[in-house]
Amino acid sequence: MFDLIAFIPRAVAQGIPLLFGSTGEIITEKSGNLNLGIPGVMYVGGICGVIGSFLYERSLADTSQINPALGILIPLLCCILGSLLMGLIYCFLTVTLRANQNVTGLAMTTFGVGFGNFFGGSLMKLTGADIPSISLTATSGLFRTTLPFAGSTGWFGQIFLSYGFLAYVAIIIALGASFVLNRTRVGLQLRAVGEDPATADAAGISITRYKYVATCVGCVIAGLGGLYFVMDYANGVWSNDAFGDRGWLAIALVIFTVWRPSTSIPASILFGGLYILHLFIPTGTDLAVKELYKMLPYVVTIVVLVLTSMRNKRENQPPESLGLPYFREDR
Amino acid sequence: MQGTQPAISMRDISKSFGRIQANSRVSLDINRGEILALLGENGSGKTTLMNMLSGIYFPDSGHIEIDGKPVTIGSPKDAFTYGIGMIHQHFKLVNVFTATENIVLGLKEPGGYDLAAATKRIEQICQTYGFDVDPNQKVYDMSVSQKQTVEIVKVLYRGAEILILDEPTAVLTPQETDKLFAVLRNMREDGKTVVIITHKLNEVKDISDRVVVLRKGEYVGELITAEASTEEMTNMMVGRQVTLNIDRPDPEMKYRMERIRVRNLTVKTRDGVTKLDDVSFSAYTGEILGIAGISGSGQKELLEAIAGLQPVENGSIEYQVDDDQVEQLIGMDPIKIAGMGVVLSFVPEDRLGMGLVGSMDLTDNMMLRSFRNGPTPFTDRKEPKHLAELVVDELKVETPGVDTEVRRLSGGNVQKVLVGREIAAAPTVLLSAYAVRGLDVNSSYMIYDLLNRQKGNGVAVIYVGEDLDVLLELCDRILVLCGGKVSGIVDGRTTTKNEVGLMMTRLGGGEAQ
Repeated sequence: MFDLIAFIPRAVAQGIPLLFGSTGEIITEKSGNLNLGIPGVMYVGGICGVIGSFLYERSLADTSQINPALGILIPLLCCILGSLLMGLIYCFLTVTLRANQNVTGLAMTTFGVGFGNFFGGSLMKLTGADIPSISLTATSGLFRTTLPFAGSTGWFGQIFLSYGFLAYVAIIIALGASFVLNRTRVGLQLRAVGEDPATADAAGISITRYKYVATCVGCVIAGLGGLYFVMDYANGVWSNDAFGDRGWLAIALVIFTVWRPSTSIPASILFGGLYILHLFIPTGTDLAVKELYKMLPYVVTIVVLVLTSMRNKRENQPPESLGLPYFREDR
Repeated sequence: MQGTQPAISMRDISKSFGRIQANSRVSLDINRGEILALLGENGSGKTTLMNMLSGIYFPDSGHIEIDGKPVTIGSPKDAFTYGIGMIHQHFKLVNVFTATENIVLGLKEPGGYDLAAATKRIEQICQTYGFDVDPNQKVYDMSVSQKQTVEIVKVLYRGAEILILDEPTAVLTPQETDKLFAVLRNMREDGKTVVIITHKLNEVKDISDRVVVLRKGEYVGELITAEASTEEMTNMMVGRQVTLNIDRPDPEMKYRMERIRVRNLTVKTRDGVTKLDDVSFSAYTGEILGIAGISGSGQKELLEAIAGLQPVENGSIEYQVDDDQVEQLIGMDPIKIAGMGVVLSFVPEDRLGMGLVGSMDLTDNMMLRSFRNGPTPFTDRKEPKHLAELVVDELKVETPGVDTEVRRLSGGNVQKVLVGREIAAAPTVLLSAYAVRGLDVNSSYMIYDLLNRQKGNGVAVIYVGEDLDVLLELCDRILVLCGGKVSGIVDGRTTTKNEVGLMMTRLGGGEAQ
C-alpha cells in the first residue's frame, strides 16, 4: 500500500534542497542574471560545509564532545563563504566584464562539481578509510535535531515537526523573499533592474549593485541547499556525485513556479515527492519503469512551461532582460 | 510676465558631438508660468539644448542660471532638485509594473513603502490637472498616450515646476493631442512652466505663449505667438535659400515612362496609428523624385511599402514592367520585388541598423544580395569580392581591404558601401533614404553624382532627404508629405524652399486652420 505518512516527510526532505536552490535562483533572476551555475554553487556550498565540519571534528579528541554551537556555526559559515565566493566570481564575470551569462553559468557548474569532487576525494584520502565517502555523524546529529514534540505527536509530528532546523529556515527564507520582492521598495527596484535596467538606471538605481547583491544572496541561499543535503538528508555522509542533478531541478522549479518563491514551497515538495515516487510505487523488478517515474519532475516542468506560455500572461513571463548584460552606453 | 526675472536663463550655451556642432552660443530665457515652444527643423539642436537642462548632457561652454543664480546641472537628479523634469520621446517605463509602481520607482520617500498612499497622491495629481490614468493599470495594457501621461505624472509626482516635453505629439492622435494640450494649459494655470519641443507650426500656434526658433544649432529669434504669423515662423525656421550647385541633368524624355504607380495607399502601425493616409503618386523612369517631410511623416513606411516590407492597409502599388505589363507589388514577397529590380537603400539613424551586418566584412556584406544565386548550396565568394573591390575603387571607400569588418569603417564609408551595393544590383527603381546622413560634403556630392548617374541610366530614383536645400537642387519633382498625407507634388526647378517648408508643416501649404 502507498504509505502517505512515510512518504510526505521523505518528499519534504527531498524538496528542501530544491527549495533553497530555487529561492536563490529566483532572487538572482529577478536581477536579470540567469545563473546556470546554481548546481555548481550548491555543490560548493555542500563541500565547504563538509570541509569545515571535517576539520572541526578531526580537531576533537572525541566527537561526542562536540560543542553544539560551533558544530553548527563552522559548517554554516564555511558553506556561506564558499557559495558567496561563487556568486562573486559569477558577478565579476557577467556584470563587470559582461561575459555571456549562459556560458559563465555552465562553466561555474562544471567548476563547482569538480571542486566538490576534488575536495571530497582529498578528504577521503585524509581519513584513509576504504569506503569512498566521509561520514560526519556528530555534526549531522546536530543538524538533524528535530523539534521537541516530533516523536510524541503521532502523524502530525511526523509530517510537520520531524525536520532539522535548516528545513524551517528554507521555508522562512522563501516566504521572506516573496515578501521582499512584492512588498518592499528594495523588491520593486530589484524587479525593475531585471525587467528594464535602462529604466531603472534612469530612475537612479545602481544596476551593478543590485545585480551583485541579488546574485550573491541568491548563491548563498542556494549553497545552503547543498549543506542541508549533506548534513541532514544524507546523514552527514559525503560521497562524490551523490547530489546528482538536483541543481537542475531547482532551476526547473524557478520556471515551474513562474518566479514566485512562496509558490516554490509546495512546488519543491511536489518535485521532491515526484523525485522519489518510484521508491514508493511497487514497480516490481522492471527497472525501466522506475526510470520512467524518475522523469516525472521534468515532464511536469515541460507541461507547466507549455501551459504558462499558452496563457501568455505578461506577469508569468521571465524578467524581460533576463540573461542580457547591461551597458549604459549601449542605448 | 514682462519685467519679472526668468525662471531659467541659458547663456551662450555650446555643445558639440565630435565634429558636429549641435548648439553654438545659444541664449534663451524661460519665464515662470508660460508655455514656451522651441521650434526648429530636425537636427536644429532643440533636443540637445533641452537635454542640457535635464542633465543628460553637459554644455561645453556657457552657463545656466535658475532664478538668477548660476547652477551646474550634472545629472537628471540635479535637474530634479531644481524642479526641472523632462519627458523624452522614448518612454522609460517598466512594462509589467503598474502606473503607481513606475511612478515611485527609484524614489526614497520618507516613511515606509506604501503603494496605497502613493496611489492616492497620484489620483490627486490626476484630478488637479485632468489626467486620465488608472494608477493600478499595468503599463503593457496602456496606449501610447496613457504611457506618456504616466511619464508626465511621474515628473509632477517628483515635484517638478518646469516640464520639458520632447515632441510629445509625435506619437499621439489628434484627439489625444487636444487632451494633452488641455492638461498643459491646466498646468500653466497652476503656475507651472512648460517647454514644448516641436516642429509643428499649428501646435505652436495652438498652445504656446512664446516661441523660440533654432536653426542649425543656433538661436534665430523669438516671437510672441499671438503676434506672429505662420510665414514669419516658417521663414525663421527654414531660413534663406542656399545655393549648393548640385548637377541636375534634364530627364531623358524619350524613354520616360511611368514606372511605379501608387494609388490611395494607407498604412497603419500595429497600434493603429495611421502612418500613411491615402497617398497617391507616380514615379517615372529617368527622374529623381524627392520626398520631403518632417521626419516621421511616413517616409520610411512609404519606401518599405514599395519594397514589400510593410503590411498595407489599403491601396495599390503598381510596377510597370514595360508598356503592356503591369504587376501589383502589394502582397508580393520582398525577395521577388527585389528580383524585379526594386532596391531599397535605407540609411537609418544608427546607420548600421539596416542593410549591412556590422561584424561581417565587405565581401560578406555584398553577398547578402547574391547568396541566393547559383544552383548549388555553396556560395560563390569570388563575385562578391570583385564587387566589393569595385565599390571600394569607384566610390573611394577608405578601408584597409575588402576583408575588413564593416563596423570598423567610418560612417561615411559604411554608407558608400551600402549605396554602392544597392546600385550594383542594376536596379530599375532605387529607393534611397537619408543616403547622405552624417556624410561630409565631398562624400555627399559623390552620392548625388551616383544618383544622377542612375537617373541617366533610366532608373526611377526615389530620394528621401532631410536637407531641403539638397532636395531642391537635386530632384526633378518633390513629393511633400505632411503627417502621412500628400501635401502636394511640386516641380523641383520652380519651387521655393518656403513653399516646400509650408507644405511640410501643413497640408497643401495653405493658411493654418
